[in-house]
Amino acid sequence: MLCAHWSRLRRVSSRSCCATALRSTHSSTRLSSSPERIMKTFCSVWLLLSVVELSPAQEPPLPETAEDMASTGDLEPTHYPARRAAQVALHYLNTRHGSPFRVFGLQQVHKASAEDVEAGGRKYKLDFSVTDWASGSAGPALRCSADVLFPRTERHSAPDVKLRCEALQQINRTVQEEEAFYQKHIPPDSAVSARDIPDSYGNMSEEMQPFWRLARVAASFIMLRESSENTEFNMVQMASVTQQESSEEQLMLEFVVLLHDLPSQEIVQWKLLASWSPDRGVRVLQTEWQPRCPHATKPPN
Amino acid sequence: MRLYLAVFALLAAVHCEELFNGDQVLRINAESEDQIQILKKLERDVDSGLDFWTHAVSTEQPVDIRVPHSSLYAVKDFLKKNNIPFTVIINNVQERLVREREEMVRNAEMESKTKSFNFAAYHDLETIYNFMDTLANHSKLISKVKIGSTYENRSMYVLKFSTGGEKRPAIWIDAGIHAREWISHATAVWLADQIAKDFKENRAPVPSILSKMDIYLMIVANPDGYVFTHRSSNPLYRFWRKSRSATSNPKCHGVDLNRNWDAEFGGPGASDDPCAEDYRGPSAQSEIEVKNIAKFIMSHGNFKSFMTLHSYMQLLMYPYGYIGIDAPDQTELHDVATMSSKALNSWHGTVYKVGSIFHTIDQANGASVDWAYLRGIKYSFAFELRDTGKYGFLLPADQIVSTARETWFALRYIMKYVCDHPY
Repeated sequence: MLCAHWSRLRRVSSRSCCATALRSTHSSTRLSSSPERIMKTFCSVWLLLSVVELSPAQEPPLPETAEDMASTGDLEPTHYPARRAAQVALHYLNTRHGSPFRVFGLQQVHKASAEDVEAGGRKYKLDFSVTDWASGSAGPALRCSADVLFPRTERHSAPDVKLRCEALQQINRTVQEEEAFYQKHIPPDSAVSARDIPDSYGNMSEEMQPFWRLARVAASFIMLRESSENTEFNMVQMASVTQQESSEEQLMLEFVVLLHDLPSQEIVQWKLLASWSPDRGVRVLQTEWQPRCPHATKPPN
Repeated sequence: MRLYLAVFALLAAVHCEELFNGDQVLRINAESEDQIQILKKLERDVDSGLDFWTHAVSTEQPVDIRVPHSSLYAVKDFLKKNNIPFTVIINNVQERLVREREEMVRNAEMESKTKSFNFAAYHDLETIYNFMDTLANHSKLISKVKIGSTYENRSMYVLKFSTGGEKRPAIWIDAGIHAREWISHATAVWLADQIAKDFKENRAPVPSILSKMDIYLMIVANPDGYVFTHRSSNPLYRFWRKSRSATSNPKCHGVDLNRNWDAEFGGPGASDDPCAEDYRGPSAQSEIEVKNIAKFIMSHGNFKSFMTLHSYMQLLMYPYGYIGIDAPDQTELHDVATMSSKALNSWHGTVYKVGSIFHTIDQANGASVDWAYLRGIKYSFAFELRDTGKYGFLLPADQIVSTARETWFALRYIMKYVCDHPY
């Protein structure tokens, strides 16, 4: 959404500058030294320019978070830069291996490092564990490693993920459940439709679980595409599901999903059309951002 | 021992009232072995009608004797003649029994009311406020303190747990400053009941903490926002985060109450856009809700710990939010938080990550935990409760009690630590 995105962009570049100014204020006892005065002046001018909103092309390539300034190389696994990158890898994993009976969630990050690459991008190397939400707390953890590349281009482009998870092929296949679910809803008279899953109180019926998981997997396509180092997306609700006429033996579902971005705390609404079958998995055919902010006029990116 | 006696006396009193009217309990502080021998002889005299609650053993221990009303003068005279010092510790045993019986009835009433309270459900504001009244009206330990009103003129209450004293060093816990984080209010409701229970059932470390400190628990720090989230299942309502004040933009309401504190207000870790979810407000403490809490804590002047409950992400964090440098007490705070998260984990295996707000979530300016810490309240922590994103804000109600209990394990650790490390 435009309003949130603009303030984020502005915030991101001013933040590192302000942090620099603040850091020098705190760490230095000789505030009047020349380099610090120059730095402070630069920061003030920079902040002023940010407010005036110069066109993006003129923004110098400052690191995007104050955290990054300190840490190229090994990252603290419990800190947000590593976790955000791991979530992106999770979204990728779910687009490839998610189903009505399988959604992966992050358990923990074991090791992480980051380095700047040519063309101004930043590559994260991650070692982390995931669990399958569908198998509850009983499920085993899967060990994964991933390279997540966030490009740093003028206009946002999707991160690139390379992922390896051990024993992915060996985890319990849910073939029977998938087949039963598919057979139940592929007939032409099936017209599933529901709202607010889960409801305000966290209730979700057994029957709705596979649809919620499908929404979560489909939403992963969007979350993956929209992610940057400054976002951390999660789906907080399947606002609605409306079954469409099946096409090419695929279940066709129109979802409205609500995504929550942790850094900005914004709730973003997307409408999407997805297909699924046990053979072809989840495919997202159309996505449409839906404005919730009263003065927003066009979607981000 | 005395409790059993009181119960026995209660049973007896049921059959014959006025059994102990005017009886007193004297505490004897014998000063010599001779005096101990005199008391021993007195105890052996079964016709004396004296009821030794504790026995004469040595000069190290006081001897408590219930003396029937009719023998009072004679016994006191006897003790004075022998220069045995004593004090009256219960002036009228019957009166004391009546009071204790009344308290037991009150407790039974409260128990039945709170037993019937469904902790495994999310409740609206009115129900929570009624629950607070139930607790406060039936317990000497708990009182309900009004600290001001909200923007829409609702009362803001904090529950005070105190065994007495005058502005004892205190612990602050608040929940619900962000309206949509329902698990935080629900956890705080359960906590209030549990603290009362642990105190009544003499379960460590609550009684010893409350003998030295007061606990202030604010279950709903943002009543207007909370009511708004109940207005309808429409996501526009259920996912409301902020207060409900009017802003400079007539289309957008509310301020992020956890960006409105006077702690490096105006920095990049909050938004200046009234339509943003983390809108900081026009100025620090512009929001009446924040002003009320800040004023209360500052005028009290003796808070030693400040903790705030949020959701979700399963994190236990400490200052700073506004900047990435270590707080002066970083090492200690990190250790306390780590041990606390281990205590939490011991209940149900739930894993929390520990770190400063800045590094763990993101930069945040105007946050309450920073405010408290910068005002000298050293042990300041922020909790992000369950889960890690599967249900997020819509945590199923059947997880409320286990979430609350594991959080209690963590809070108990911190409170005991604060109590053991006065400053």
